[in-house]
Amino acid sequence: MSDLLKTVLQVGSAVAALASVGLGVWLGVKWAPPRSRVNARPVLLGMAALALALLVLGNWMGLVWTPSEREMGDVYRIIYVHVPAMWMAMLALVVNFACCVGYLLKTSWKTDALAEATAEVGLLFGTYGLVLGAIWGKPTWGTYWDWDPRLTAMAIMLVTYVAYMALRRFVEDPEKRAVWSSVVGIISFVNLPIVWFSVKWWRSLHQVQSTPKTVDPDMTLALRVNAWASLILLTLFLLHRYRTALATREAEVALPEALPTDVPGPNRASEVA
Amino acid sequence: MRGARPISLLKTVGVLLAKDLLIEWRTRARLNALIFFALATLLLFSFAVGPDTKVLARNAGGYLWLALLFASVLALGESFRVEQENLTLDGLRLAPADARAIFLSKAMGNALLLMLLGALLIPVMVALYGVTVTMGLGSFAATVTLGCMAISAPGTVYSAIASNARARDVLLPLLLFPLIIPALLAAAKATSLVLQGDPMNQLGSWYGLLIGFNLIYWGLGFLLFPRVIED
Repeated sequence: MSDLLKTVLQVGSAVAALASVGLGVWLGVKWAPPRSRVNARPVLLGMAALALALLVLGNWMGLVWTPSEREMGDVYRIIYVHVPAMWMAMLALVVNFACCVGYLLKTSWKTDALAEATAEVGLLFGTYGLVLGAIWGKPTWGTYWDWDPRLTAMAIMLVTYVAYMALRRFVEDPEKRAVWSSVVGIISFVNLPIVWFSVKWWRSLHQVQSTPKTVDPDMTLALRVNAWASLILLTLFLLHRYRTALATREAEVALPEALPTDVPGPNRASEVA
Repeated sequence: MRGARPISLLKTVGVLLAKDLLIEWRTRARLNALIFFALATLLLFSFAVGPDTKVLARNAGGYLWLALLFASVLALGESFRVEQENLTLDGLRLAPADARAIFLSKAMGNALLLMLLGALLIPVMVALYGVTVTMGLGSFAATVTLGCMAISAPGTVYSAIASNARARDVLLPLLLFPLIIPALLAAAKATSLVLQGDPMNQLGSWYGLLIGFNLIYWGLGFLLFPRVIED
């Protein structure tokens, strides 16, 4: 592939992804209230189409266009999905941490809803990445699972976020749920830097983080395109989950007023009379 | 109270800790139940593994910490249930006691209780599993102290949360167990090294991990606990 095409793909995918994330953030603000008048459909469909196109392109590049790896052969190609999935999980959980801190500093249903959304989507991407890693581990390491620091720390972190979500289900009072889950979210986040740096601190089975710097130049572009595609997907998922969470919150908070009360209003009193 | 002098925080911690220990001493219900429960757990491990003393002796450190961890769930759950019966937690906060002082006193009380439990369990473990103690009592005491403190700091925050939630008996272990894994690993490894000798000088690094864990979670608990019990 010529250098010009490479540059076009590089810049094009980055611009597309960043633009759709920007659109997603804008939608998150404008479209968030359930009775909002913003028609989100065109933007959402556009983002989905863009994500799909980039995914198809990225997968074609990962499966066909990039060369095989010297040691692993074709097995290495899983990095094009495994690595972006893990990046997105980390990104979502970092946003979750920011939301937890933000909620404790300034109470807002929006931060709470975003915290719920990021924890769930982060857990989804993290589990997906872990399963992909295990599938890759069988032919490469000879085993699906090894008690290596990276894998162990990641598994522990995922379980702590499962506990975080369980806490959210177990507490009915929305305000208490928001405060407590923020506290638990902050405490759970301690693990994330350990997961990220574990491959540097303990040099063991899992290789150092795959970033454009550590990956062969022939493979960077495919990795980047896949990562941008995953970023759009992440934004889409977050947007949907955020909106449902916010609607649930509003329904919970509004419930006491929506219920019929025993105290007759002025109209009803006049009807009786 | 905001703006209170630091000495008053320590004083409050002292008073609250003395109150908790006094309640514990007068009833002794929690301690008795805990000792029995932990001893039963140790016994169960030896039945589950079978009467092979070599296996038991090799894994003794891990079994000791699992017994302590299971017992700690009971102890931690009880430490805030005591405060709920007559809404005494609200009373404490109206007193007014600094919420951070409540955290420190509860966490210290739980740590002390677990350390006492550990001190009682170790001779039983030595007898039951036929282990030989290679290193001195000092390193044993340091391991138990660090490990119990590591369980009690996040455990106190989480038990305050769980005691108010639905299905609190499920929630506390669900929240606590995954979080405590690094500390459990370090404490169990350190105990095995204390029991079997430390030819490679690894004990220091496990202590380092435990100390780091303690610093992080005591600090986080101190900062975040006031938000947990606010209304």
